[in-house]
Amino acid sequence: MSSHSTDQAAPAILAEVRPASIPRRELVENHRDFHWITEKICGIVEGKTPTWWWWCFGAAAFVASFTVSGLIYLVSTGVGVWGHANPVNWAWDIVNFVFWIGIGHAGTLISAILCLLRQKWRTSINRPAEAMTIFAVVCAAIFPVFHVGRIWFAVMPGYLFPFPNSNGIWQNFRSPLEWDVFAVSTYGTVSVLFWYIGLIPDLGTLRDRFTSTGNIVKARIYGFFAMGWRGSNRQWSNYEMAYLILAGIATPLVLSVHTIVSFDFAVSLIPGWHTTIFPPYFVAGAIFSGFGMVLTLMLPLRAIYRLEDVITQYHIDCMCKITLATGTMVGYAYSMEFFIAWYGANPYEGFAFINRAFGHYAWAYWIMITCNVITPQFFWFKSVRENTTLVWILCIFVNVGMWFERFVIIVTSLARDFLPSSWGYYSPSIVEIFTFFGTFGVFSFLFLLFIRFLPIMPMSEIKMVIPAADPHGADHH
Amino acid sequence: MKKNYGIVAAFDTTPALYHACEQVRDAGYSQWDALTPFPIHGLDFAMGVRRSKVPRFSLAGGITGFCTGMSLIWWANAYEYPLVVGGKPYFSPMFAFPISYELTILFTAFATIGGMFLLNKLPMHYHPVLKAPQFVRAMDDRFYIVIEANDPKFNPAQTRALLEQAGGKDIAEIDE
Repeated sequence: MSSHSTDQAAPAILAEVRPASIPRRELVENHRDFHWITEKICGIVEGKTPTWWWWCFGAAAFVASFTVSGLIYLVSTGVGVWGHANPVNWAWDIVNFVFWIGIGHAGTLISAILCLLRQKWRTSINRPAEAMTIFAVVCAAIFPVFHVGRIWFAVMPGYLFPFPNSNGIWQNFRSPLEWDVFAVSTYGTVSVLFWYIGLIPDLGTLRDRFTSTGNIVKARIYGFFAMGWRGSNRQWSNYEMAYLILAGIATPLVLSVHTIVSFDFAVSLIPGWHTTIFPPYFVAGAIFSGFGMVLTLMLPLRAIYRLEDVITQYHIDCMCKITLATGTMVGYAYSMEFFIAWYGANPYEGFAFINRAFGHYAWAYWIMITCNVITPQFFWFKSVRENTTLVWILCIFVNVGMWFERFVIIVTSLARDFLPSSWGYYSPSIVEIFTFFGTFGVFSFLFLLFIRFLPIMPMSEIKMVIPAADPHGADHH
Repeated sequence: MKKNYGIVAAFDTTPALYHACEQVRDAGYSQWDALTPFPIHGLDFAMGVRRSKVPRFSLAGGITGFCTGMSLIWWANAYEYPLVVGGKPYFSPMFAFPISYELTILFTAFATIGGMFLLNKLPMHYHPVLKAPQFVRAMDDRFYIVIEANDPKFNPAQTRALLEQAGGKDIAEIDE
C-alpha cells in the first residue's frame, strides 16, 4: 500500500503530532453506493415520462410561443414594433441579451472554476448548470440576431453571415461589439463542447444499460453519441487531462466574456457607462444571477426526483454562500459607482447617478437595490438556507433584480445623456414584453427536454467523490 | 472460428483493483487495461501509464488560435484594405488582443478534444469488450482488468493464474 507514497524523509516531529480531524461534510448522504447512483440517474431517463413533465412541457411550449409569435410579427412588420426610439435605441433587446448571458455564467463557473479549485461539491450540480448555460446562451442569442430587423439579410451570404460585408469593407476590429461577437460565440461553442465531453461516459453507461435490456434503438442512439466509450483507464487518463485543460481554458473564458460584454458599454462615452469598474462588476453580477438561476432550477429538481442524497443541504449552503458573496460584491459596486461619480467631479457622471436613484426611473433602481443588495443578505442565516422554499423565493428576487440591473444601467444612461434637448423616456411595447416573457418558455422547453433524455447528473463524477472510490481505503496518503 | 481477445477478471472494490493493477504491471504486461466506471485516483501510477499527451495538442491549438487572431486582424485592417478609424493606427496588438484571446481559447478547446479523441481512438463503436455481457457493470459499479491475447507475455494458463492470485473474480475469456 505504500508503493505510491513519496519517499521524502518526514520530520521526526510528525510522529508525535496528532492533527485534529475535521470531518468533511458527506457529498453523498446515507452511504449510497455506486449502483444506487447509476440506478437513480439512469432511472430518470429510462422510466416512463411522468405526467407532471407533460404538463410542464405543454406550459413551456405555450409560453415559448409568445417569443415565436413576437419574432414573426417583428420580422413581418419591422423592428419598429419594439419600443425603441431616440434617444433610447438600445433597450430591452440588449437588456435581455446581457441578462441571459449573465445567467449562463454560473454554469461555467461551477464546471470550470470550481473544478480547478477542487470544490468537490460541484459534481452533482455541474451537468444541469452547464445545460442551463447553453440554453441561456440560446435565449440570449435571439435578441442580437433579431434586432437587426430584416433577418433574411442576415442569412444571405455576404450581408451578416459569415461576416457583415455589405459595403465591401472589413469589420472594425477596434470595436468592442466585434469583440463581443467573438467572445459570445466562443463561449457558446466551448460550453457545448465542455458539456458534451462530460456527457460521454454517462452516455456510455446508458448505452450499455439499454443494450442489456434489449432496447436496441435507444442503445444505438446513445451509443452513437457515446463514441464507443468503454471506461478503460488508458482512456480515462487522456479524458481527465482533456477535462482539466478545458476547465483551465473555460475559466479565463468565462471571466473574459462578461468583461467584453461590459466593454460594449464602458468603452463608450455615455455617462454612467464610461467607468472602469464595469468588467469586475459585470462578472460578479453574472455569477450572482447565474447562481440565483441554478438554485431556482435545482431546488424543484431535487424535490421532484428525490435527489436529497446527492444535492444535500451542504450543496445548498455552498450555493447560497456564493450568492451572498457575489451579491455583496454587486452591492459594493453600486456604492463605489456613486462614490466615483462624486469623487470624479464630472457633472454629467454625477447627474447620471443622482438621476438613477431619484429620477424618472427611480422605481427600477430601487427594485434593483432591494432585490440584489438586500435579498442575498438573508443567506447569512443558517435557518434561511435550510428552508428550501424560502431560498427558492429569494432566488426569484435575485433573478428579477439582475434583470432590473441591466435595465437601469442601459436605459437610464441613454434616456438622460449630455443634452437635455435629446432626453426622453422609454417604455417597452407589448411585443417586446411578450417576446422576452416567451424566452422563459424557450429556456424551460429546452431544459425539460434535457432532464427527460439525458443523465441530469454526471454519474462518473459523483461516484468519484464517495468514500468507496478511494483506492487507498482508510490509510490515506 | 472465434479468436480469443483476452482474459477479463472482475474486482469489487477500488483498493482490490489498485493492487491487482500493480501486480499486473510488475509482471511486465503491456497490452492490458483496467475498465472502471469512473477515473480512479492514482491508477495511472499503479498501471504504469505515462502522463497523457493531450496538453501537446492543446498548446499547438492555443498558439495557432492566437496567431490566427493577430494575423487575421492585421491582414484585414492593415494590409488588405487599410482603413482609418478614429485616427488610430492600422494595426496594434492592443485592440487585436481580445479577439486573439478568444480564438486562443476556441482553438485550444477544439485541439484538446480532438487530441483526446485521437489518443483514445474514438469514435470506435466496435470493440471486443463492448459486447462482453459482464461489461454493463464496468460502467456501473464493478472494476475489470483485461489482458489482451496479443500481449507478448500472454499465456492462457499463467495469465489466468496471475489474475486469480491478484484477487480477480469471475475470470473469463472474451472473444474478438
